[in-house]
Amino acid sequence: MPAAERALPMPRPARGGFARAVAAIVWKDLAAELRSKELISGMLVFALLVVLVFNFALELDVRARQSVTAGVLWVTFAFAGTLGLNRSLALERDGGCLEGLLLAPVDRSAIYFGKALGNLVFMAIMEILVLPVYSALYNVNLFQPLLLLVVALGSVGYVALGTLLSAMAVQARTRDVLLPILLFPVVLPVIISAVKASTGVLQAVPMDEIWPWLNLLIACDVIFVAAGYMVFDFVVEE
Amino acid sequence: MTDQKMSLGLKLLTAAAILLVLAAGSLVFLYAPRERVMGEVQRVFYFHVASAWVGMLSFVVAAVAGVTYLVRRTRTWDFVGVSSVEIGMVFGLIAIVSGSIWARPVWNTWWTWDPRLVTTTIMELVYAAYVLLRQGVEDPERRARFGAVYAIVGVLTVPITFLSIRFLRTIHPVVIGSGDAAAQGAFDMTPPMLQTFMISLLAFSVLYFALLLHRVRLARRAEALEMRRADLAAA
Repeated sequence: MPAAERALPMPRPARGGFARAVAAIVWKDLAAELRSKELISGMLVFALLVVLVFNFALELDVRARQSVTAGVLWVTFAFAGTLGLNRSLALERDGGCLEGLLLAPVDRSAIYFGKALGNLVFMAIMEILVLPVYSALYNVNLFQPLLLLVVALGSVGYVALGTLLSAMAVQARTRDVLLPILLFPVVLPVIISAVKASTGVLQAVPMDEIWPWLNLLIACDVIFVAAGYMVFDFVVEE
Repeated sequence: MTDQKMSLGLKLLTAAAILLVLAAGSLVFLYAPRERVMGEVQRVFYFHVASAWVGMLSFVVAAVAGVTYLVRRTRTWDFVGVSSVEIGMVFGLIAIVSGSIWARPVWNTWWTWDPRLVTTTIMELVYAAYVLLRQGVEDPERRARFGAVYAIVGVLTVPITFLSIRFLRTIHPVVIGSGDAAAQGAFDMTPPMLQTFMISLLAFSVLYFALLLHRVRLARRAEALEMRRADLAAA
């Protein structure tokens, strides 16, 4: 039996192969995006439209803004995020690229982390562009280090689950409607704790009232990244 | 075919479930005393808590079935998962509706954004998403895999949701264990109430397992039919 195994050697990734594989997938996504620019531009325009709709739906005057800014931001990020996630995984599916990725002699979880990191970069670019626009439109300073930390932590949890679930959604017949339906009920703890923490930061409440939400957010991130890492294999196996 | 005849065990379990539910129903209406403050509407409590319990139990069973399916890859575990989800969806809905009927006179509102209410609703939505996901996937093997993965993700996230809303104030009564001072509509159970409650829990649990086995049997039969159809089409 060992002889047979030696005859068809599984290409063993070299040392640092995992990180290299992840980096290669992220790089591939960024390069493709740099040429087409369709993912980021779509997310960004959609995000700005959501902010615009909220402006009229909620009458965002000075007093209302105090309490709902964090909510508006996170709903915007979550909605625009689904758009990006769907597109990012649909691209793999349409071009038959997913098969190519699966054939590559790398660990399946490298594909998960690569796609998730790529999606995280796209989310971050969208958020970094939305924040100053929102700041300018409503005259609030959103560039506080702690708020940026909350945004980063929230995005990690969102993308960790979103990448896993969109990998399932794009393989289904009802792919376009499926992702938000799958994602929103399960990503709710991330959204809740991110909104609460952001509101706390914006209203400058004492740190010990923000900590519980930050801790919860970090716990969510750890749990969802671990879950994605463990079950992604089963989602892409053919 | 293995499942053509209903097994004796399943017949007995079904009979036990019917008898227990009838017994629990009579206890609720004839034996349990009238609650002094809330009156007759408190009688909803027995089946309300029992349904909520079954709703949560089936969620856990679906996740365990999911893990087992991913490890063993036997179709039966997929059937257990989907059956549990379908049953849990119905009992979750019963819990929400019966809770609303109770809340209207006691809390003076049909609905409040309490952790338990929201968590149950999120659980319903996860169930609904699970069903929609399965409907969208044609290949049975892939459908089973996706269902298993989603059940696992769901069972991870629902307790965290509960925890996160728990940070906010709650008014839902905790009848078993220590009550919150802010809870409205709490009451102490007298022995007849406790007996009725325990019988209701038992009745609904047995009913759940009976329904689960029936639903799994149905799924097996449907699969057998599908295979025979394919055979006939090939011949």
